[in-house]
Amino acid sequence: MPVVDPDQLFQDKIDNEIKIEPKDQMPDAYRKTNIRQISQHAHSEIVGMLPEGNWISRAPSLKRKAILLAKVQDEGGHGLYLYSAAETLGMSREEMINDLHSGKAKYSSIFNYPTLSWADIGAIGWLVDGAAIMNQVMLTRTSYGPYARAMVRICKEESFHQRQGFDALLVLSRGTKEQRDMCQDAINRWWWPALMMFGPRDTESTNSDQSMKWKIKRKSNDELRQNFIDMIAEQIKTLGMHLPDPDLKWNEERKHYDFGEINWDEFWQVVKGNGPCNKQRLDARRKAWEEGEWVREAAIEYAKKRLTS
Amino acid sequence: MNLLRKYYYGDIPEDKTGAVPPASASGHDWPLWEVFIRSKNGLEHKHAGSLHAADAKMAIENARDVYTRRMEGISIWVVESKYITATNPEEAGELYEPAVDKIYRHPTFYELPDEVNHM
Amino acid sequence: MTQSYTNYILHLADNALILGQRNAEWCGHGPVLEQDIAITNISLDLIGQARSLYQYAAELKGNGATEDSLAFLRTEREFKNCLLAEQPNGDWAQTILRQFFVSTFQFYLYQSLLTHSDSTLAAIAEKSLKEVRYHLRWGSEWVIRLGDGTEESARRMNKAVSELWCYTGEFFVPADYETAAGSDPAGLKDAFYSKVREVFTQASLAVPENVFMHTGGKNGMHTEHLGFILSDLQYMQRAYPGCEW
Repeated sequence: MPVVDPDQLFQDKIDNEIKIEPKDQMPDAYRKTNIRQISQHAHSEIVGMLPEGNWISRAPSLKRKAILLAKVQDEGGHGLYLYSAAETLGMSREEMINDLHSGKAKYSSIFNYPTLSWADIGAIGWLVDGAAIMNQVMLTRTSYGPYARAMVRICKEESFHQRQGFDALLVLSRGTKEQRDMCQDAINRWWWPALMMFGPRDTESTNSDQSMKWKIKRKSNDELRQNFIDMIAEQIKTLGMHLPDPDLKWNEERKHYDFGEINWDEFWQVVKGNGPCNKQRLDARRKAWEEGEWVREAAIEYAKKRLTS
Repeated sequence: MNLLRKYYYGDIPEDKTGAVPPASASGHDWPLWEVFIRSKNGLEHKHAGSLHAADAKMAIENARDVYTRRMEGISIWVVESKYITATNPEEAGELYEPAVDKIYRHPTFYELPDEVNHM
Repeated sequence: MTQSYTNYILHLADNALILGQRNAEWCGHGPVLEQDIAITNISLDLIGQARSLYQYAAELKGNGATEDSLAFLRTEREFKNCLLAEQPNGDWAQTILRQFFVSTFQFYLYQSLLTHSDSTLAAIAEKSLKEVRYHLRWGSEWVIRLGDGTEESARRMNKAVSELWCYTGEFFVPADYETAAGSDPAGLKDAFYSKVREVFTQASLAVPENVFMHTGGKNGMHTEHLGFILSDLQYMQRAYPGCEW
């Protein structure tokens, strides 16, 4: 009987579009890559609650307050779905959270930028959630079953997020001069960081090749980034605003927009921890976790008493 | 049949498989629960996902808060994940393949005369 | 309808909004993800109740009043919420206890409003009561869990009781607009304290006695906390008057 290489069997499954489920055999590197990516994704949702959460208490109308609160809460829910998906690979949520707090695990750098005006809430919904959705729609077809299922649920819920962002900006764009200035200023500040969300250029991305082969990812960073730019460059016309890139121009030959150079120095600085809010974000997460310790402990103790009494 | 106790959702502490045993935690991490939701009467409860809760009451309430924010359900079941016993994928051959050749269990196996309708 | 009746509706709305605003401060900072989501749900329910009530008050008031003009353009002295609602979140114990007290009161109050002669108010009460029933269940369970959890959680619950008990009496001292609206909060007092005693007993918490009760919120005499809440809440509407958002 011929000896079958388990890694080859695994790759055959992937090539035949058979989803990988928690207890299936899988190469250790596949498991680790998924844990890294899913937990990073979960952390991004949780840290992402902070910049927008800033504006819940100051939302300009009761309707906007309710929408923003529901939206930030959804992000908490998405973090929860993703932690659960990562937990099927054998790492506890607490361990993942500890890795976040120690700085070992990363989260999306976009959340290290500050929210300075109400218009930032609209810009985040439109640009940041818009960029995230490009990635997430792709991930509904990722090869690891629990991750794909979490993404399906998230994408369903996420569709209102981008719309509410655009809607908030649309109102500003039709408002007073102060409101229009606020709107343009927010777009100026969030545009480039949003493009950086897709990660380094394909020529410099280290994790991409293997992830594509395992169908964890199905589109390259540059491909997704281009799709995003093409979409936003059209949508911004409705707002009557402009994108802060003098090189942005439709290229008839490529059938895509050309765009200017991203500031990769800034990108790497923020990844390394030198973004405007890296420290504040992690401090806020650590503080919540540490101050919640006695609550989590009390609930467990109470549950134990109930079982033994 | 070698049933595998599911101490941890997805956990098989063996090489090259999905999970490794969780490393030591503080012990205050709330246990994991699996959530099943009936979306409307007439349909079965379906696995919706999982969550952490200290006890069953809390698990039900957390499930309500987390998994029915958009009117997704009218009835919720929760069970602590460690009480789920699952089959092992390696036994797929002995467990499921014997059903493959029993085609006489399917209605399409039987060819009936055209005049016999709706059977 | 009279100014006095509008004030009654505003009082109910202010209670819901101010507590909703306080609970929302937890969003993103809860002790565990599942409870972060839970407290935010309660906050959303309360803000929803406040909106229904403000919209109704705006209708009664006329003159171009809107839910937003009522929430964002009244001053500290015009807000009519009970003092308890504006107290700081403190730790999880204090937030839980504040919620439990308010939900218990709202539970009996909204029940009594189901038969109110004003059918609009009765309808708002009916819808809100479903939400409050859940808040009360959630709050009671947490009070018991923390009171009977660890030594530390019991200590924190007891501290919360000593911080907040003195604000429970205000519920039952009727403002003029309550009496005029046919509401009798004093009549809910026994039911409230008997529910509290029942839950405190299960939580092994002592019920304080002979505590001086602070009042004033219902008539616009607040603690210093409210001014800071409003400066956040109303910032945008004050800085950019007359805009659409």
